Amino acid sequence: MKRLDEARVGVYVCHCGSNISATVDVENVAKWAGENLPNVICARDNKFMCSSLGQELIEKDIKEQGLTRVVVAACSPHLHEATFRGACQRAGLNPYLFDMVSIREQVSWVISDRAIATEKAKALISGGVRRVIHNEPLEPILVDINPNVLVVGGGIAGIQAALEIADSGSHVYLVEREPSLGGHMAQFDKTFPTLDCSACILTPKMYSAGNHKNITLLTYSEVEKVDGFIGNFTVKIRQRARKVKIELCTGCGACEEKCPKKVVDDVFEAGLGFRKAIYRPFPQAVPKYPVIDVENCTFFQRGTCKACEKFCPTGAIDFKQEDEIITVNVGNVILATGFDLFDSRRIPQYGYGRLANVFTSLEFERLSNAAGPTGGKVVLRDGVTVPQSVAIVHCAGSRDRNYNKYCSAICCMQSLKFAHLVKERTGARVYNFYIDIRTSAKAYDEFYQHIIEEGILFVRGKVAEVTDAARLSGEEGKLIVQVEDTLVGKQRRIPVDMVILSAGLEPRHDAKEVGKKFGISCSMDGWFIERHPKLDPVATMTDGIFIAGACQGPKDIPAAVSQGAAAAARVQGLISQRQISLEPVRASVDAEKCSGCRICNTMCPFNAIAFLADRQVTEINPALCQGCGTCVSACPAGAITGTHFSNEQIMAQIEGVLMLDLRQMAMA
Amino acid sequence: MTDTRYSYFPGCSLERNAEAYHKSSMAIAGPLGLEFVEIEDWNCCGATEYISLHMLASYAIIARNLAQAARHSPGNSQASAHDLVAPCSACYLNLSKCDKYMRTDADLAEKVNLALAAGGLSYKPGSVHVRHLLDVLVNDVGCSKMKAQVTRPLKGLRVAPYYGCLISRPGLRTDEHDPEYPTSLDDLLACLGAEVVDFPLKTHCCGGHMTQISEGTGFELIRRLVKGAADYHADVIVTVCPMCQLNLDAFQGAMNRYFKTAYHVPVLYFTQMMGLAFGRDAASLGIGAELVDARPALAKIGVEVPPPPEAEGAPKRKRDDKSLPMPKMPKHEAAATREAKP
Amino acid sequence: MAGPVPSVPERLSFLDAVQARTPGESRLLMCIQCGTCGGSCPSGADMQHTPRHIFAMIRADMRDEVLSSNTPWYCVSCYFCTVRCPQDVHITDIMYTLKRMSLVGHSYDSSTAPDFSKMFINWVENYGRAFELGLMSQHMLRHNPLGVFKIADMGIGMVTKGRMAFTPKRIQGIAGLKQIIAKAKELEESHD
Repeated sequence: MKRLDEARVGVYVCHCGSNISATVDVENVAKWAGENLPNVICARDNKFMCSSLGQELIEKDIKEQGLTRVVVAACSPHLHEATFRGACQRAGLNPYLFDMVSIREQVSWVISDRAIATEKAKALISGGVRRVIHNEPLEPILVDINPNVLVVGGGIAGIQAALEIADSGSHVYLVEREPSLGGHMAQFDKTFPTLDCSACILTPKMYSAGNHKNITLLTYSEVEKVDGFIGNFTVKIRQRARKVKIELCTGCGACEEKCPKKVVDDVFEAGLGFRKAIYRPFPQAVPKYPVIDVENCTFFQRGTCKACEKFCPTGAIDFKQEDEIITVNVGNVILATGFDLFDSRRIPQYGYGRLANVFTSLEFERLSNAAGPTGGKVVLRDGVTVPQSVAIVHCAGSRDRNYNKYCSAICCMQSLKFAHLVKERTGARVYNFYIDIRTSAKAYDEFYQHIIEEGILFVRGKVAEVTDAARLSGEEGKLIVQVEDTLVGKQRRIPVDMVILSAGLEPRHDAKEVGKKFGISCSMDGWFIERHPKLDPVATMTDGIFIAGACQGPKDIPAAVSQGAAAAARVQGLISQRQISLEPVRASVDAEKCSGCRICNTMCPFNAIAFLADRQVTEINPALCQGCGTCVSACPAGAITGTHFSNEQIMAQIEGVLMLDLRQMAMA
Repeated sequence: MTDTRYSYFPGCSLERNAEAYHKSSMAIAGPLGLEFVEIEDWNCCGATEYISLHMLASYAIIARNLAQAARHSPGNSQASAHDLVAPCSACYLNLSKCDKYMRTDADLAEKVNLALAAGGLSYKPGSVHVRHLLDVLVNDVGCSKMKAQVTRPLKGLRVAPYYGCLISRPGLRTDEHDPEYPTSLDDLLACLGAEVVDFPLKTHCCGGHMTQISEGTGFELIRRLVKGAADYHADVIVTVCPMCQLNLDAFQGAMNRYFKTAYHVPVLYFTQMMGLAFGRDAASLGIGAELVDARPALAKIGVEVPPPPEAEGAPKRKRDDKSLPMPKMPKHEAAATREAKP
Repeated sequence: MAGPVPSVPERLSFLDAVQARTPGESRLLMCIQCGTCGGSCPSGADMQHTPRHIFAMIRADMRDEVLSSNTPWYCVSCYFCTVRCPQDVHITDIMYTLKRMSLVGHSYDSSTAPDFSKMFINWVENYGRAFELGLMSQHMLRHNPLGVFKIADMGIGMVTKGRMAFTPKRIQGIAGLKQIIAKAKELEESHD
């Protein structure tokens, strides 16, 4: 038991501008701490402790007053624990002899009564002081960063990240669920605001990624299990069997041509076109090797056909091919898994699914794409008729409490792009029905002006209904868009031939499961959560796992590329450091006290606990342990201690908060 | 087997102008093992009129009915709440809305109970489970039990299921009907063997009392529905609400004169359709009370045999078929509803 | 007959008053003026102002224009607007509030719709049940006497088919109902 009178504690109470001082009487608290709390040598208050002046105050006191412990009462440790630990370290004090007490998030931001807030602040600081006296100096654990990187998702964000890291010299494993790279961007025809052909700008990058010496491309693959921690992840990847031997396949496409089984392509063609049972998703697919869709293949379902095998000139078809499990070791992971489209069948009053000529945005992309099911001709569902009037509906399933509350960011620009394409290809009369026109990024509003010039008709009103029930003459045989033209203040019924719904973006429907595999969380809406919404959009709360692109939230291609690059830069930074220091906050088992009951064994969320059968005791791997404390509290024998969160330290903090000793003193 | 008993709120219309609805409901109840026990001395729910002039009083008079219902449980209550069945959509909406608002707005509940106390009554919100008759038949009875009673399948009869607005919206109990595209009545009619038309206006409003406020508006709303059913070649419009029946049936003639059209689409209650399928004679179901004669349409039942239904699965595509595939729609499930998101 | 609805104290804005008189939370403030309500309304074409327009006017404190508009009286209570509104505004409930408020100071100049409701209520308050024949005849005589001829055969049809009751039905507990109504009206007055 340490002699308490040896510790020399400095207490610093921050005003945080007026964030804290408006509610908590900080001067009084500092004075009180200095006078009443044990071992406090000096107690100060300051407007901004995190400023250089504030930090210098701490450093000065450590040197001049011989402080051996420091307590700062300010904002949350999440924000500035590292800052103040740094100050201590610079002054020669071990950073783990510092404790941070939050009197902003825990006090001034949640209590409005000044007296109560001040009392609570005092109690928390008392707890912090009592606790810090029991702190031990600790050294961070250094771990090597494996320079390999895992990128999950082969869309534009993932490709960008992979290329940048590969170009810098590190090795990348690029895992993609579909048979080819490209993601949603490969489905588009033209991209806004430049109206570049999407495939033309994407395929060079796809090709680079597919052929880079530093990229191992694993398509038609999915991550199954992730173990480890930053710098040292072990990832199990299932590479699904294409049923094609890629060493022999030349990508000639004979198999695809000869395959007799046609099915609706729900993925790449968005349900608007067909593919064969053996297929490449699109002609420029990377890699060029086809894949057999086992569920629809005549051979796998009924044992007959084998046309592909017959016609393959190199004998590359291998029906017996099995999935392969590949294990890789990487230091960092970037998740770039993209988005799913809102299911427009959920809005019955828009008629999608019932009314033939109502299309979703992805369906329209395929329609207008030269490599699509109609060769780029904008036609109705009958595949032949050119529409003479087209309605484009903004905000289908977005900005709507009945579906998704958020704005999907890209649909306004996309709707304007559609307007342009329809006008250009068909000369039809085009209506855009909108609530607001959101064209905020570079060259976006100019694009809007361009579209207005083309004679597109804009109606400000969220479409109420799309129906085939004719009411007035001129409506028979048409789709009628019923809407309030809010700028005119009247309800209008506008007959058109075709309706395109700009459907919203949603998180991938398995985002939660994927997040769980990697130890990250999803927001209420289902997007992956970033570390800080403004200041750290590509990192997550889990060290070593980064996110980029639409999986973090709806965004356009420029933003996705930026995030891919940002994530790559963060990873490159970690790689170039070669080592990173991990918090020494860990659990350890006192073998003498361990009875071998194994209650803790199954509790560890990080699989850091192993049972040593020969000695009948449990052992904790300090490299994997993240210091969550679950096992510490579970052990019935109290055999596990948590470094930096020992029982002694926690009890001292509790007693400090309850201010038992001070009350006793007051009563005496 | 003892009958399942429900408290029953007929509503003013079923007394006379929609007596056919009442008659047919009673006629099909017995065979399905249901007993409807009219609540004691109920009063008018106020329709959409009372609430236009008074807020608190309108909820108070509705609550009087809820209080009466709560006092006399018919004998097989589920846990703390028992079922009160209303065949009329407006009564159903008023009763369920009053209960819901009293549950969520404590201030309203307190004031309503103060008012009720003046009449010696009180109502604890949530004590009564208000349900529409359609919901009871679809969910409590179900298709197989109904099918067992069918002796005269409605084969050959094209029916347009018409829900109207107040059963579908505002959806105070989200487990019931989809507010835009419900399918329970469609399924019930299919169960009876009828050919169900995919009527796009099935939840559009009949106009309520608008014929009395503004002829043009009122008749236009009726015209849209009748025209819609006729455009889709429906033989009968099947309704679940006496106001809808009155508007579409009794005012069809006046509407025709106003617009110089010549529609003739009879409007029957779904309970009448059930009764016909169960083999009951038309008079006992109140058939004949409609102003737009239903007999020509009903002559179809059992006389014409429809062509066999299309084979399951997609038909083979012809070589030169350029048409693009349609998205897959869930078959008669509530899958395409706003509850689909996990 | 409808009793006097108390006037709004000066300090309350029109917006506050409308919100206060709607049960529960109306969410009128959340309207983003998208127009879904106006687009969905079956009788929207015949309204002087679409529901969306009315909400913009309420927020602009245009009390007289709103309360003299025919909009609330053309609302058929179909709730399309309410279920489709992306901001979850309780539009139909607000329409009922506007109906009630428009009767104070007799802002709405057509009496057809208010009278219809008033006559309906009269039967309910005195008998406990609706009485269609009485209602229709009173209403048509006052507001559309020539209309009687137009629907003559409908009327005859209703009678011959036995769908028209000639006398009103009175509930047994009418005294109790009257007391409940009186108390409710008294409470509503004191509330404001």
